[in-house]
Amino acid sequence: MEGELAHIGAGIAGLGTGIAALGVGNVAGNFLAGALRNPSAAGGQTATLFIGIAFAEALGIFSFLVALLLMFAV
Amino acid sequence: MADEAHSGGGLEFHPLDQFEVKALFGDGPIHWYTLTNVTAWMALAVICIVLLLVVGTRKRAVVPGRTQSVAEMAYGFVYTMVEDVTGKDAVKYFPYIFTLFIFILFSNFLGLLPMSFTTTSHIAVTAVLALGVFLFITILGFVKNGPAFLKLFWVSSAPLALRPVLAIIEIVSYFVRPVSHSIRLAGNVMAGHAVLKVFAGFAQVGFLIAPFAILGVVAIYGLEVLVAFIQAYVFTILTCVYLKDALHPSH
Amino acid sequence: MADPVVEHGAEAGGAAMPQLNPDYFSNQIFWLLVTLVVIYFILSRVALPRIASVLAERQGTITNDIAAAEELKQRAQEAEAAYEKALSDARAEAAKIVDDTKAEIQTQLDVELQKADAEIAAKTAESEAAIAEIQAGAADAVKTVAKEAAKEIVAAMGGTADARTVTAAVTARMKG
Repeated sequence: MEGELAHIGAGIAGLGTGIAALGVGNVAGNFLAGALRNPSAAGGQTATLFIGIAFAEALGIFSFLVALLLMFAV
Repeated sequence: MADEAHSGGGLEFHPLDQFEVKALFGDGPIHWYTLTNVTAWMALAVICIVLLLVVGTRKRAVVPGRTQSVAEMAYGFVYTMVEDVTGKDAVKYFPYIFTLFIFILFSNFLGLLPMSFTTTSHIAVTAVLALGVFLFITILGFVKNGPAFLKLFWVSSAPLALRPVLAIIEIVSYFVRPVSHSIRLAGNVMAGHAVLKVFAGFAQVGFLIAPFAILGVVAIYGLEVLVAFIQAYVFTILTCVYLKDALHPSH
Repeated sequence: MADPVVEHGAEAGGAAMPQLNPDYFSNQIFWLLVTLVVIYFILSRVALPRIASVLAERQGTITNDIAAAEELKQRAQEAEAAYEKALSDARAEAAKIVDDTKAEIQTQLDVELQKADAEIAAKTAESEAAIAEIQAGAADAVKTVAKEAAKEIVAAMGGTADARTVTAAVTARMKG
């Protein structure tokens, strides 16, 4: 029973990865919108873009990790 | 999933078997000195790095050949990154940062070979990398700035009443850095490889599903090639960002 | 592919994820540190200085080439400037010659014109003098004739004409 609950929890935690995807899409989309308005400034900001994506994605990876822990370690 | 492995019939997914650490010779227990597949793939990464950066540039041609231009491109890529993100005074830490970048890059790409073992998918490995960066930057910050390094947590541009709260947040986020730094890399690589294995597992369902499964594997593989590079890039650029904090804590 | 270690871990209900198996940690950490140290030394001793020197050498070559090209360009510009100068000098010279010649011709022309004018003036004056003389002569003759005639007419009519009166009258008439 406990194992089943853990699997359900893993599923719920897995949702977090999808929600993090929203964040990543938000970052990338806003970057593109800004880049199209001012293309000359876009080139210098790709590093910032990747840093933002990395931070947004890290939290999704955390929930993925929680899911994995629930599946295999609990 | 572990239960399914015992049931025999039906789908058999073993997406995590690829991460198993195995002794190269014999089945004995794994001690810290045992030659394992970790050793083998890390050694392979070292060989590839030597081939690219040492053997590839041995001619020292002014007009570079193919391998040499790739080596120079990698050098220039990381060098500009360090210079742009961290500043000119960080150039003396460039070999350390380049070591991290080239090791992660080659581990990720070698891990994409079929039947290979991905060293960077292990949290133990990335945690050592991230903790190394964390300790290096903390020690460097205190050596360079003395107690003034603590100003990093005291946001002097914020209203005075908010500063203690912000200081707590800053300290927490400072100590979360190595965690997110290591888990981001390991998690991305592990997730990608596990998904590849799961898609490959679908191929055993039947002839109708198999082509789609293989198509999915190809698509995910392409994504993973991209991720392999981007994660190396992100790890490096975050190291540069953290290093900037250590060198110039008062922004 | 099922490994005995996995089976064992799964049966124990514990970590089936190889990443979380603490038995593996020391091995991985040891070999990772070895790898990193090896890479660091290879890079910092051999590879990076070599690439840096190659890049610096190339940069130097490019800079030299650019400098040489710059010099050549400057020389070409100098040559062009010299050519332009020679051309403009020649133009100025030609213009000067043209001007000189023009001025000389003008002077000569002026002299000739003046001479001609003078001659014409002289001739005109001479002719005018002659005409005036002729006119004066004619007027005198007319006066003389008129006096004579007037004296004769007066005599013929029986009066004696005072010469002075006649002369005055004739002169007055001729003026009128």
